[in-house]
Amino acid sequence: MAERLSPLARFTPVSSGDLRIAEIPFLTQINLRVDPKSRAAADIGLALGAPLPTEPGTCASADADLLWLGPDEWLVVGERGRDLEGTIRAAAGTAHAGITDVSAQRTVVAVEGPRSRDLLAHGCALDLHPRVFGPGRCAQTMLARAQVVLAARDGDAFRVFVRSSFAGYLADWLMDAAGEYLGVTPR
Amino acid sequence: MLLIPCPWCGPRDEAEFHYGGQAHVAYPENPAALSDEEWARYLFFRDNPKGRFAERWNHTAGCRRWFNAVRNTATNEIEAREVTA
Amino acid sequence: MTSRRMTGWQGEPVRFRFDGRDYEGVRGDTLASALLANGVRTVAASPALGRPRGIYAAWTEEPNALVRYGVEPMAQATTLDLAEGLDATSLRGRGRLSEEPDTGRYDAVYAHCDVLVVGAGPAGIAAATAAAETGARVIIADDRPIAGGSLPDTAETVGGVPGAEWAAATLAALDDRPDVRVLSRTSVFGYYDDNHLVAVERRGVDAYSRERVWRIRARRVVLATGAHERPIAFAGNDRPGVMLAASARAYVNRHGVLPGERAVVFTTNDSAYAAARDLAAAGVEIAAIVDTRETAGPAPDGAEVLAGHVVTAVGGEEGVTSVTVSASDREDRDDREIEADLLLVSGGWNPLVHLFSQAGGELRHDDGIGSFVPGSVRQAVEVAGAARGVFTLAGCLEDGAAAGARAAEAAGFRVESVFETPGTPAEEPAAPAGHLWLVPSADYGTHFVDLQRDVTVADVMKATGAGLRSVEHVKRYTTAGTAHDQGKLSGVLTSAVVGHALGLPLADLGTTTFRAPYVPVGFATLAGRDRGALHDPVRTTSLHEWHVVYGAPFENVGQWKRPWYYPRAGEDMEAAVLRECHAVRTAVGAMDASTLGKIDVQGPDAAEFLDRIYTNMMSTLKVGAIRYGVMCRPDGMVFDDGTVIRLADDRFLVTTTTGNAAAVLDWMEEWLQTEWPQLRVYCTSVTEHWATVALAGPGSRDVLAGLAPGLAVDAASFPFMTWRDTEVAGLAARVCRISFSGELAYEINVNAWDGLALWEAVMGTGVVTPYGTETMHVLRAEKGYPIVGQDTDGTVTPADLGMDWVVSKKKPDFIGKRSFARADTSRPDRKHLVGLLPADAGRLLPEGAHLVETSTLPEPPVPTLGHVTSSYRSAVLDSTFALALVSGGRDRMGEVLYVPLGDEQVPVTVTSHILYDPEGARRDG
Repeated sequence: MAERLSPLARFTPVSSGDLRIAEIPFLTQINLRVDPKSRAAADIGLALGAPLPTEPGTCASADADLLWLGPDEWLVVGERGRDLEGTIRAAAGTAHAGITDVSAQRTVVAVEGPRSRDLLAHGCALDLHPRVFGPGRCAQTMLARAQVVLAARDGDAFRVFVRSSFAGYLADWLMDAAGEYLGVTPR
Repeated sequence: MLLIPCPWCGPRDEAEFHYGGQAHVAYPENPAALSDEEWARYLFFRDNPKGRFAERWNHTAGCRRWFNAVRNTATNEIEAREVTA
Repeated sequence: MTSRRMTGWQGEPVRFRFDGRDYEGVRGDTLASALLANGVRTVAASPALGRPRGIYAAWTEEPNALVRYGVEPMAQATTLDLAEGLDATSLRGRGRLSEEPDTGRYDAVYAHCDVLVVGAGPAGIAAATAAAETGARVIIADDRPIAGGSLPDTAETVGGVPGAEWAAATLAALDDRPDVRVLSRTSVFGYYDDNHLVAVERRGVDAYSRERVWRIRARRVVLATGAHERPIAFAGNDRPGVMLAASARAYVNRHGVLPGERAVVFTTNDSAYAAARDLAAAGVEIAAIVDTRETAGPAPDGAEVLAGHVVTAVGGEEGVTSVTVSASDREDRDDREIEADLLLVSGGWNPLVHLFSQAGGELRHDDGIGSFVPGSVRQAVEVAGAARGVFTLAGCLEDGAAAGARAAEAAGFRVESVFETPGTPAEEPAAPAGHLWLVPSADYGTHFVDLQRDVTVADVMKATGAGLRSVEHVKRYTTAGTAHDQGKLSGVLTSAVVGHALGLPLADLGTTTFRAPYVPVGFATLAGRDRGALHDPVRTTSLHEWHVVYGAPFENVGQWKRPWYYPRAGEDMEAAVLRECHAVRTAVGAMDASTLGKIDVQGPDAAEFLDRIYTNMMSTLKVGAIRYGVMCRPDGMVFDDGTVIRLADDRFLVTTTTGNAAAVLDWMEEWLQTEWPQLRVYCTSVTEHWATVALAGPGSRDVLAGLAPGLAVDAASFPFMTWRDTEVAGLAARVCRISFSGELAYEINVNAWDGLALWEAVMGTGVVTPYGTETMHVLRAEKGYPIVGQDTDGTVTPADLGMDWVVSKKKPDFIGKRSFARADTSRPDRKHLVGLLPADAGRLLPEGAHLVETSTLPEPPVPTLGHVTSSYRSAVLDSTFALALVSGGRDRMGEVLYVPLGDEQVPVTVTSHILYDPEGARRDG
């Protein structure tokens, strides 16, 4: 049987002192929709090790990363192969919740290093200043012309969640923009 | 590029939003009970004022929530907003 | 040619060509200063009249000196850095785009700050410093290579050092602060809503990107944009050698260039006296100062001052040789001709209010300076320095510092200490300026108002004579102010001349509207990174690389790239598609159907919700079964179609057309959030989570059986419009028995990571022909299946498509239902979807072609019955065929209609839109 293929399987990771770009493939991703005030939301938070964040644009990290997407919507992200869907379903029981495996819907591009904010600012209209968009912040927004979920982590590191069909475009765009920080000679 | 205050995500660039036209045009309770003219008014007729206008916006590239905002169509100033539902 | 460079001026030599001749300038020159240093006076011919023109100004306000070089079709010599080997030619006539593509890289950056300061002159630098002192995030942008605004032009000192040095040192200190960004060579060219300002940074050919667009969102803005000296309209004011006085001063102090040898100065105010002094000190002989005021200022040594005089004529066709002056109040003019090769002009100063005006600011006429200054504004902006009419150096520093502190405070920062402005030399208070816009004359034919558009006072008077009263109308009638410089010099002058002609005060006329861009910006710059392969996102499926390897051309469906067909050696598109169609109708083919939109709909009210969204009934669908559905807008017009799969009592998977995936999800969310919040339903897009392979043709069952040994594939076990979860090629898969070709067919869905593995397994059977979107289109069209967006256009109801059966008669309501009872949706002449068979079976009708009733075209207007929406060659029909929307089409079966194509009327016969297997016998294999 052929190997699984991630959307950026052909992308060569890049790394300089100031900037690193690489795909993190095959993460488990669950789209969760539930009333944040419901018992089910609390139970799901308990099962995942952290309450579902209700402050817009924030991310909680426990057994999995819980990214706020909307007032009743989260992206739950865990290591590859984890049965997060099962965990969440078991916690939700028969309560009304939308629990959908979207692991292959988006892939993740890690953008890290001191120039990561400079790179993202070429295509992201959000204010990425560390005081405004520091570790623990996340947002659904546009990067270049692709919709993304952008999550800031410790140490000038970002995760860019991009729809799989846009991943090739976004990787090409990132590489063109990153050349300046990777010492590429202008054409 | 307007800066539109999403009630959830805060101010974001206009390009992240879809415009939803005039607010408070509810789907009729019982369409079958309406005359053709009443139905046509629901379908096709909207206000187009110069000045304050309550309108709908959807933060499509963000949290995907709909909300209403009162915008001054002459100055583009958004004076108030409310969350739908 | 003699050098006009001041003796002792240092600079690394730079060689360049202009109009085919070799010259030498120095590093730091603009092309304009280098040309002046080489004694080149005539640099252009005016576009309309072909009159020789010289360099008139020293920066972006230059109206004359346009050149082209490389792929750049139009650049101002006054802003163009002199680079080694520059080869420029003067622009004669209109600009033309280069035939060569611009291969440079251009990009953009988003930036945010508490205070944006536009302009790094004395006021701007003071403002940025004061704001930065509070801890605010500050961006200061300046368009020149050397900061300091007018300081390098005037050679004034600040804090005891040359102004340019002070500016450079202060900016360097600012740039060292972590939250301050200094952007040099950066023109802020647009001011939009909510303090969104756009700037272009010229980074040079050696930078990674040549030019960069900055999209800046600022909480507060300080505009310290300075002022432009204004011209005066008089006879012959366009001759090479006529130059703005402050610009001549700039060439002397900034570039060490003498723009002439013997000058006459024509002024309404004191500022030209300072210019005259600097020129005199540099070695230019000042022949006379012609001051329109009766009380003249103090003259530099040896210069004659003619108070109460004006310039009435300029001698010299190719350049100034003499200047004729006359007392302005005399009836019979006492003309006097003064020999000179340079005529310096100062009509006073216009504050640069362009950005302020773009911000929505109102302008106010200031009688003291005789021009417009910023008034009220609703955006969060301050104006400081000369841009609001403060014309002394000390005043600009103080005004800037106050504005910067105010802006930071308004942005929420505390002003702890007052920024002490550095000392400046004492300035004598200026005498009141006179206001003269044009020198009265009997003939206004060479009183130029707009040098680039060749518009004269006579032209403006022709406009007012024709009855125009508004400056906006005069601008459009005469084209004054519409050139590359957007009326930087001519705008207010035009208003003043209109005022003169109509006897109205300038204050009442106002200005024309200021619009972005303030300076010309290249299209390549604006496009930035969104060019070529990155022009628009290219969306690909998980099978994409296989399609590339197998040579498929791609069809653009929205942003998706879908394989169009797979040509074999020697095949053209027509042959490949006929072969692929034949394979599906007689054997088995496979297509990448991954692009179809997929939405997971969950919740106790999911069935009720879908009943409201679709025209047909979905709540009666059994778990395990699939139903085709159509959704309409409230106006009853078809919006989208697709299949609905019931996964559980409270869970469905909905498919949409490729192009409408996002729109349908948005549509569902809109109704759930805004109309039916009580429904307990959640919708989630899973379009790209799944890869979908369509397997179609009479042989598809055998292929599936071979790949999915655990699946009972016989028609009884796995009937049409049902689905099964199973393993296909060892991969977890959901198989749906649905058909978009009329043949026995399946759609196999796997996790997108496994998509390529599935496809390769299908192809590995050796019996499956890959087919592309063109074959898919032919096969579905033979069956009369419409494509939403191709066979429909937002004016088509399900009934128009012959799909009454998909509209529930039982449901009390659904979106669109009420509209089916409108008179308009039951008109007999509505356009129906029908089939067309050309009389000539080889004739392929173009999509979009119109249909008419008669074999000869009547006189226009020709009534059209409708148009062709889809058109193909069919292997099974052995003929071309088409689908069309035709007025009353279903009542025209068998009728011959005509398609006008060029001079021909091509006859076609109207048939049912279902042209193949109308009984549906083939879908069970």
